Amino acid sequence: MTAVSNLEKAINSGQFVATGELGPPKGADLTEFKENAEGMRNHVVACNITDNQTAIVRTSSIACGATLIQMGIEPIIQITVRDRNRICIQSDVLGAYALGIRNILCIAGDHQKFGNETGSKGVYDIDSIQLLKGLKDMRDEKKFMGGDEVEGDIDYFLGAVENPFADPFEYRVTRLEKKVRAGAKFIQTQCIFDLDRFERFMELVRERGLHKKIAILGGVTPIKSLGAAKYMKNNVSGITIPDALIDRMKGAEDKKAEGLTIAVETIQRLKEIEGVAGVHIMAIAWEEKVPEIVERAGIYPPPKL
Amino acid sequence: MIIAERKPLEEIAAMVAPYKRVLVLGCNSCVAVCMAGGQKEAEETAALLRIHRKKENIDGVVDVFSIERQCEFEMIDEVLDELKKYDAILSLACGVGVQVLIERDPSLRVFPGLNTTSMGYPAEQGEWVERCVGCGNCVLHKTMGICPITRCAKSILNGPCGGSADGKCELGKDVDCAWHLIIERLTEYGRLSDLDEIEPPKDWSTSHHGGARTTVREDVKIDRG
Repeated sequence: MTAVSNLEKAINSGQFVATGELGPPKGADLTEFKENAEGMRNHVVACNITDNQTAIVRTSSIACGATLIQMGIEPIIQITVRDRNRICIQSDVLGAYALGIRNILCIAGDHQKFGNETGSKGVYDIDSIQLLKGLKDMRDEKKFMGGDEVEGDIDYFLGAVENPFADPFEYRVTRLEKKVRAGAKFIQTQCIFDLDRFERFMELVRERGLHKKIAILGGVTPIKSLGAAKYMKNNVSGITIPDALIDRMKGAEDKKAEGLTIAVETIQRLKEIEGVAGVHIMAIAWEEKVPEIVERAGIYPPPKL
Repeated sequence: MIIAERKPLEEIAAMVAPYKRVLVLGCNSCVAVCMAGGQKEAEETAALLRIHRKKENIDGVVDVFSIERQCEFEMIDEVLDELKKYDAILSLACGVGVQVLIERDPSLRVFPGLNTTSMGYPAEQGEWVERCVGCGNCVLHKTMGICPITRCAKSILNGPCGGSADGKCELGKDVDCAWHLIIERLTEYGRLSDLDEIEPPKDWSTSHHGGARTTVREDVKIDRG
């Protein structure tokens, strides 16, 4: 099968891959979004575009994905099952494909309780694994979830997320395996701060040989301030930050510089872990630092394709 | 059982404010067990309503009584003549009772005194928890008797999601992660591999998403030919 995207090509090449992340704005002016994308153009293979992350209304991931394509930057669009039923998701995926989008990340999405429309109805018609399987079957079997035939060819590269810091810990690897069987070819993990736990996770992944079936991109987020670290530790679901890291931030004179250094060191350590295919850098509201992180971590330039 | 809680008094009072003769009608089944709409709560509500209406200078009467179940014609019929004497009936039944009263006699003006919340059980004194959403296609045999449709905030069938930590849901530390419980129980019984199969998308047509449901048992129906 030929690769449908640069991300797929880069992963297939076996070289260490970096992807970035862009959050669409809470309005229709995409100027800053485009600037952020431009800033990491030469440093990452592709950019995730979040789908109303933390259930906050933003410009749609597909519209922003199409914008990136116009700019010649490769998008990875996130699709959550929170806001759309299977009719809408399949329709949106066809539309995304027609617009040139080739990388799709299938996720459940944060519960609507955390967003700015707390009275909204959570759809959850299907779950993220059913989404993966459904999109795989649309592509490979030419069948919609309901069994009807998909007209013409569609081809895309499917990914998913996994959170090695969620519980039950060992079941996380089993669920990863389920996502592999459902059709995921790459995984982006939740932000990694607890490297010891991530290494234990990877050990279990290797025991099952999963690293040979799926490209695991470790999630990396540079910490901007001590407050941000504390906030993530206490308030963001699925994130673990060891006390040692908080202490390190506390002791640092220049918190921002320390945060960047921690991110760079994290990537360097991830590179040494067998089975880690790359990193997914989520520099939330700090997108302009992605080039620096990538260069200092020694993963610049991106793979030649 | 069906669980409900009383609407705020101001909301109730506003609904029935235009009416002179008001009846607070309790229901002595489910909503009596959850202390929302039985005879005792009906009396309390009527007393509060009387005080409120007096303050607002609204003339008229607020009477009170209750029946065993407002969701059955036969039980409504026993008091139907009495019900017809009132300008407004504040039903302290669940949403079913309110509607069945009107279906029994469309001339009745019935108002909901409760917010119906869920189907569940009394977990402890003063606490009732939901356990079934009535999806019409039970999966409890696959999930060790723990319902992921009801108890997982995302109704995930291939769980748990990435928000599960220390056995709790991402919604908060007071909410158990249903999938954590399911995995624990399956592990205990050596059946964790049951989850290896990808559970396909659920057919929601048996749930409310297929519209209001009618359950028919032809074998017990009376042929009125």
